[in-house]
Amino acid sequence: MTPRPARVQFFATCLVDQFFPAAGHAAVEVLERCGIEVHVPPDQTCCGQPAFNAGFAEDAAAMARATIDALSRSTEPVVVPSGSCADMIINHYPELLAGDAAYGPKAKALAARTYELSQFLVDVLGVDLPAATAGPSLAYHASCHGLRGLGLREQPRRLLRAVAGDRVADLPDAETCCGFGGLFAIKMGPVSSAMLESKLDAIERSGADVVVATDVSCLMHIGGGLHRRGSRVRARHIAEVLAGPNHD
Amino acid sequence: MTDAALAFHRRIDTALADAGLRRALTLTTGRLASGRTGAFGGLADAEASRQEARLARASAVARLDSYLDRFASAAAARGSTVHWAETAADARRIITGIANDRGIRLAVKSKSMATEEVELNEALEHAGVRVVETDLGEFVVQLGGDRPSHIITPIIHLTRQDVAALFREKLGAAPEEVADIPAMTALARRVLRAEFLRAGMGISGVNLAVAETGSICVVTNEGNGRLTTTLPRVHVALLGLERIVPTAADLASVLTVLARSATGQASSVYTNVITGPRRRGGGRGGPETGDPDGPDELHIVILDNGRSRLLGTPLSEILYCVRCGACLNVCPVYRLIGGHAYGGVYPGPVGSVVMPGLHGVEGWSELAHASSLCGACRDACPVKIDLPHLLLAVRREAAARQLAPLWIRAAMPVYAAVVTRPWLYRCVGRAAARLARVVQHEGWIRRLPGPLGAWTASRDFPIPAARSFVEEHQARKAAAR
Repeated sequence: MTPRPARVQFFATCLVDQFFPAAGHAAVEVLERCGIEVHVPPDQTCCGQPAFNAGFAEDAAAMARATIDALSRSTEPVVVPSGSCADMIINHYPELLAGDAAYGPKAKALAARTYELSQFLVDVLGVDLPAATAGPSLAYHASCHGLRGLGLREQPRRLLRAVAGDRVADLPDAETCCGFGGLFAIKMGPVSSAMLESKLDAIERSGADVVVATDVSCLMHIGGGLHRRGSRVRARHIAEVLAGPNHD
Repeated sequence: MTDAALAFHRRIDTALADAGLRRALTLTTGRLASGRTGAFGGLADAEASRQEARLARASAVARLDSYLDRFASAAAARGSTVHWAETAADARRIITGIANDRGIRLAVKSKSMATEEVELNEALEHAGVRVVETDLGEFVVQLGGDRPSHIITPIIHLTRQDVAALFREKLGAAPEEVADIPAMTALARRVLRAEFLRAGMGISGVNLAVAETGSICVVTNEGNGRLTTTLPRVHVALLGLERIVPTAADLASVLTVLARSATGQASSVYTNVITGPRRRGGGRGGPETGDPDGPDELHIVILDNGRSRLLGTPLSEILYCVRCGACLNVCPVYRLIGGHAYGGVYPGPVGSVVMPGLHGVEGWSELAHASSLCGACRDACPVKIDLPHLLLAVRREAAARQLAPLWIRAAMPVYAAVVTRPWLYRCVGRAAARLARVVQHEGWIRRLPGPLGAWTASRDFPIPAARSFVEEHQARKAAAR
């Protein structure tokens, strides 16, 4: 196991930064409660995954270099509240910049010290969270890139069971994609929408009050679909659930 | 968008509107996918088996030319006639030539996607050779003038009732002959048995070929493959040139994962390993060289049709594929739109790499965008092909050739310019947040302009926060000091 660090850098991701700051503040609060000092590098922007997935490798590489610069002013671990963006840094940056003499080695070094939030909490800190007594029932959706790119299967579930116990409902087909896929949701709108419909049906059938995931990208998609339906179910990032009802 | 891409989107819309298709796909892909999971659960170390199968395929593809030569000479030594077909047209010419030279007027076929790829049936019919598909699914496809929509289960898009109606119309079946699936199967068997006995040629594909022995392996579940390859006087096998394994042990490694991945069986009902045509035994080679069963002639047609061009390219890993169809069954996109929407012989994640790989990205790259890159295909692949990685390689090639939609090509450099300048990114973020406050409705955007309208067709879009996380965090830290 990686030795417990005193301080981490927090890479919020562009979606948390611009659309879901509450998830970022909650993640910082959870980390600080674990005794970790959190530094937020001010010049962080977007990891470049949309360009990478669209096939625009040069543009993606430019954004990767900017993110590497922002996160390489110290050698402290980097915590990312998104399995997808963490997967981009960990699994795709080294390959994308393999031919870059200056940034190739930096990409590898960054990849080696980058963690998705739940992965960091469970695998590095081995945290014990206080169990909450009451609260909404939760359904966990396993976001694809965290699940299949980083192997996040047990960590988020373990954290949710710790804070919510038997309030975690069983979500059928929890590991099936919600249909977000970045530009896929636009380029293949009708297919993406049909995938979302199946996911929303499963969420509503689960009887949960809140659907939880490690990625705000999926939650933006699922949440937007739930709101359009007029559903009572809310979408929340795992950090918000872990921080509890009193965080802001 | 190119015409090919537009046509693809139209086919997708048609498929999504077909509720019957959706039901049929959900049912069968679900059954096949859970069958696969169950079958792999029966292996002592499923991951090790996949790794072994991958190695068998990877080692063959890494030295494909030498293994092909070894296979060709071993097959010839056992009495097979080996033909090389560089293109689909070559394959058609060679096979129709074999039939015409021998005056053959009727050919029976077992299931083969490679023959679909080269459009062999049409060529044979044109050359005066009647062709009868003997795989039950393919038989139905042929009766209906349809096309297979899945690599393994060609009529996944049809229901039992669809097939019953077709049998009544085309075969004049009585009601009791289409009462249930066993009755329909019995009817097909009666029709096909007569054809098997009359046919002068049997045509099959090849699941895998063994370089060291010159053997071809054909797996089926219906027994029609065994009849096709043994009963007629001439057997023609069409082999995709990448489907080689070095040794018989490698064949066993791949077979361990093949049926499990395809149908959830530990092994297919019939696994045929064919090493040459019938031979008289007891000659100078000793009795063991004899093989009294099988056809008089075995012709193995080795098909390139664009495959060798993939060697040494970012797409070469797709040559490991053994066409089990597992990636189709787990793909959330395939499960919704089915095989016909993809427009090519090979659908799903594998088809979205194979079609642009074999036939060029110009007409086929849009297929690679029909994926959320969820990675379910990679996890299901028995030889661990990194399909999302290959889909990305196709997208890169398409982007490099300016095949992406204009708005994406226009937006990408702007997006990159903003993101690589943190000050500009902050400015744009603040401006977007102000703009969103004007157009928002109860904290959501219900309608986005232009191509982005595809999002709000079915989903609301969140508005940006009034203050970004980073700015708010800095403000809080400053206040705490």
